[in-house]
Formats: sequence, structure tokens, C-alpha cells
Amino acid sequence: MIKLVGLNKYYYLGKTPLHVLKDVDLEIGSGELVSIMGSSGSGKSTLLNILGILDSYQSGEYYLDNHLVKDLSQRKAAKYRNQFLGFIFQSFNLLNYKTAVENVALPLYYQGVPRKKRNALAMEYLEKVNLLDRAEHLPSELSGGQQQRVAIARALIANPKVILADEPTGALDSETSNEVMNLFRMVNKEGITVVIVTHENEIAAQTDRLIRLRDGVIDHHVVQNQTSG
Amino acid sequence: MILDRDNWHEVYVVLSRNPLRTFLTAFGVFWGIFMLIVMLGSGKGLQNGVQADFGSYATNSMFIWAQGTSMPYKGLPANRYFELNNRDVEVLFDRIPEIQTIAPRTQLGGYGENTDISRNNIKGSFSVMGDVPELMEINPKKIKEGRFLNHFDVLEKRKVAVIGRRVKDVLFDLDEDALGQSISINGVYFTVIGVFDVFNEATSDEDEIETIFIPISTFQQAFNRGENIGWMSIMTKADAHIADIEDKVKSVLADQHSVHPDDKRAFGSWNMEKQFLKMQNLFTGINFLIWIVGIGTLLAGVIGISNIMLIVVKERTKEIGVRKALGAYPWSIISQIVLEAITLTSIAGYLGLIAGVATLEGVNRLLVKFEVKSEMFQNPEVDFKVAITATGIIIIAGAIAGLIPAQKAARINPVIALKTEG
Repeated sequence: MIKLVGLNKYYYLGKTPLHVLKDVDLEIGSGELVSIMGSSGSGKSTLLNILGILDSYQSGEYYLDNHLVKDLSQRKAAKYRNQFLGFIFQSFNLLNYKTAVENVALPLYYQGVPRKKRNALAMEYLEKVNLLDRAEHLPSELSGGQQQRVAIARALIANPKVILADEPTGALDSETSNEVMNLFRMVNKEGITVVIVTHENEIAAQTDRLIRLRDGVIDHHVVQNQTSG
Repeated sequence: MILDRDNWHEVYVVLSRNPLRTFLTAFGVFWGIFMLIVMLGSGKGLQNGVQADFGSYATNSMFIWAQGTSMPYKGLPANRYFELNNRDVEVLFDRIPEIQTIAPRTQLGGYGENTDISRNNIKGSFSVMGDVPELMEINPKKIKEGRFLNHFDVLEKRKVAVIGRRVKDVLFDLDEDALGQSISINGVYFTVIGVFDVFNEATSDEDEIETIFIPISTFQQAFNRGENIGWMSIMTKADAHIADIEDKVKSVLADQHSVHPDDKRAFGSWNMEKQFLKMQNLFTGINFLIWIVGIGTLLAGVIGISNIMLIVVKERTKEIGVRKALGAYPWSIISQIVLEAITLTSIAGYLGLIAGVATLEGVNRLLVKFEVKSEMFQNPEVDFKVAITATGIIIIAGAIAGLIPAQKAARINPVIALKTEG
């Protein structure tokens, strides 16, 4: 599903370029549940941004579902993000003036789905994350865990192949963290590839494979939980 | 997509998030359009006022009169006085085919000269004009009662008179019928056959309601003018230019009256078309200036909107980043920002348009209510075409105002945007 070949990423700040990702080779199969760990500055966020086609890279290749993702036009990148990817953020990033159901429906808006149809579908996904009764609530009226569940429903609605989660439980207590992780596993069981960036060992332990990043290089893979996936 | 209710909801949310700021920004555009409309309307009012001053004279008409020679010619001395006469009318018709109508005219009274008009024991002093029926073509009047002079009146030298509204008011009682009654002009009795009014009172025509018209032939006989006439009003055919005819008329008359061909001062003339064009150019200039100032004011308002939209984009950086991550096309982000700018300018501009038109209408009402008859200002108005143009300008201005911020929004780097707080 995801394949990186000799990928290099530099940031040009000041005179000397900062080599953030160094010759990264990585393969994540379809339906895998993977976590990426690493200390701050290890390049894990950059890696996730590149996987999410939010950032570019200088050399190497990135294949997403066998499509080469390199130097895409803004339009093409938007299309790939909409079709293939679902994002989950640490701070949820719901639009504060839209209700839960409108937030969930947003990706479908960019596919040109009519309002009635996309809101109906959004209701289905809210049911999936067990928030049907909160459909008409604004994000400010929801708890952190509920907001993250709305965000997951939003990431799922466009039927993506890959879910990219950046510290999805970073702002949640352990109980709600577990709820969210249960959701991820449920999603993963349906065949969607899930990539979670985290610094919490308990979270990483619940994934099939742990990828540890250090100074822009993949330090090692830990294969765990062979049973799932 | 533009009709999607969510789009409009977003526009509402963004614009109502900071109502005072939105109001102040919108006011810039409101004021721009308001000023443009009020200035254009006032310019039109000025034009209406000044053009009405031309009275109802046809613009393809001219006056010509004799004012004495300034050069000796054919043995005749300079400073010789002569008068135009009936024969000149025929000769001009013969020699200048472009002439449509000639009205030879004579006058008693006016210019400080007194006339003695009386009926029973009521006396008054009014201008008395000797005229032909053709005058109605060159300088139309509104006939209130009876009729104007006709050819038989002139041919038979009838002692008939058509009197102005105010003449009637002075000489007759309020409910008295003037038609068929006799009035005395310098001791000669005339029968009233008609009463007229002018079309537009706030003009030089106003003097005319104090005027009495009698057939020119009767005038010449009754007041011992022989064949002489005071001046002529000449109107050309529709396709001819009065300015071209003016010189021809002068040379024909010079020939008739043994005036040196180069004697510029022998004839006085007044060409309506020339004056009219002069005025028209003046007002084209004024209008041009108004548009420049108006568009400038509007531009200031639009720049204000553009600035605010830039701030709005900055405030929404994170949101735009999220939208991009969810797969928003650049176009959908651009169109949303432009839609917001157009909405804001359209509402503000439309209110400005309405306020401007209402102001003009209000001024107009006041002018009418208090019967203000200014020679310089009359009936301020904005025609429909200008209103449509202004509306178009507003929408285009809104789009331009939104374009720069929108492009900035579309260029936002999602990685950086997602890191911003807010």
C-alpha cells in the first residue's frame, strides 16, 4: 500500500541544509496497523506529512497504492488526499462552527456530493463511532474523546485506503485513548491501513508493527501482535 | 457547488464573527457607491438645470438679426442701420434648401420698452410678438385654451391674439373665459383666440407666459413697421447642421442688404446647436471627473475589503490547512474566499446604491415640495443604465478584492498551517 524507496528530505533553514529523512526505505502492506515512534526531531512528523502528501521530498520515490507520488500539482495532491487518505490529528482539528455531522461530511463536499446525501452518509459514520445523539452538536459542546471520534468518522467517510494519525491520543486520558485505539483496530479489521505516529508505548504496543525512527533513519522494526491484521 | 447551503453558512459565520470589523469594512464600499451615485445624480441635475435653460428651442435652430454695418460697401457708408424684411424670408427659402422653417419675428415691449395693454379698466405691460404659425415648430408651447395663430390669421391680417397664462391671470378674473374677448394693445383692439403655457417653468421660457402673440402681418400694419421684421428664427432640416447654415444665411442676407461680405458685425446671430454642444462637452467632462473620483473612492473601499480578507485568511490558516488535508481543491478554497469578498461588497454596494438613489429622490421631492426652481439644478437622477453599471462594478470589485487573499489562501502550506495555533 505504501512504499518508500531511498527517500531523502532536507529542510533549508539558513546556510546548511537540514537532512531530516535519510535514504528511508519503507514498506507498509495493505491492511497493516503500524505505529511510528521516535524522539522529537527524529523526522517522524515529516515522514507522516510526506505520507500524507502534505509535504514534498527531494529524492527517492513514494508509491501510494502503486501511484508514484512525486511533484504533484496542488489539484492532483488534493485529489489523492481526498481519495486515498484520512487524517487524524492530535488536536482533532474539527471546524468549530460546523456541527459534528457537518464536520464528518466535509470530505464528501470536496467530492461534489450533494448536501443531503453527504449528511445522510455522515450520520451513518457517526453511528459507527457511537455518536449519533451528538450529530447536531458543535465541537465545543463535545468532550475530547467525542471530538476525536468525530474526527475518525470524518477520516473514514471518503472510504480511504490509509488512515494517518498524528498523536491521535496525545490530548486524551487513558480511558478515552483506549476507546480511540479500539476504533482504530475496528477500522483496521475492515481492511484499512492505519499508520499512527505516537510517543506512547502503550499505544504503540497495540499495533502490528512498530517502526522506530532515529535522526531520520529507520532504526528498527518490531513486529508484534501477529494475530491481528 | 456555489449553491450549496454550507457555502453561504460559512460566509455568514466568517462575516459575523467580527461584526464591527465587517461593518466598518463594508462601510468603505457603501460610501464609495453612495458617493458615485449621488455625484452622478447631482451632475445630471446640474445638466438638467442648465440644459433646461435653453428653453424648448429646437437645438437645430438659430436666431439672426441686423445690427448695422461696420464697413462701407458699394458706395454705402459704414455704421449704416438697416432692417430685415419679409422679402429676406422668401430669398433665404429660395437660396438655402437645407432650411426647414423660418419664423420672421417682431416685438413690442421687452428690453425696458413699455407697452400699454388693457382690458376694461385693467392695465398691464407685456411683450407683444408679431409671429407666424411656424414658431410652434421652433419653440413649441402648450396650448391651454383655443388655438395658436394659423396661416389665415397672417394672410388676412386678422386682429387676433394668443396670450400667455400670466397675461390671462392679470387681465381676466379667475373663472372668466378669455376666448372671444377683446384686449387693447397700444390702442388697437385684438380678439383673444388662445391661451398658452410653457412646458417647463424653471427656464427662460418662463418670461413667455407674460407674452402676447399676434400675426406678424397684423403687427407690421398696426404698429407701422411696413415690411420690416425684428429678427428671424431659422430651423434646418434634420440632416443639416445649423452651424453650416449660419454662414450661408449671413452671406445671402449680406447680398440682399448690400453689406460687405467680410462685415462680421452687420448681423448678430445665436446658434443653439453650438451652445448646446458646448454644454454637452462640459458635462461629458464633469461626468468623466465624477467617475474618476467615484471609482477612486470605491477603490479605497475595495482595498479595505481586500485587506480584511487577508486578515481573515490569516486567522483561518489552520482551518485552511485542515481543509487541504481533507482534500480541498485549490479552486474550492479560492472560490470560498472570493465568494465572501463578493458577498460583502455586494451587500454594502447594494445598500450604497439604494441609499444614493433614495438621497437623490429625497432631494428631488424637496425641490418639488418647496417649488425650488433653480436655473442651475433640476431633477437630479440616475438612469437605470448607470445603476446596472454600478452593480456590475461592485461585483467585479468584490471579485478583485477577494482574489489576492484567495490566492494567498490557496498557497498556504498545509504542514505549516496545521502547526499554527487557533
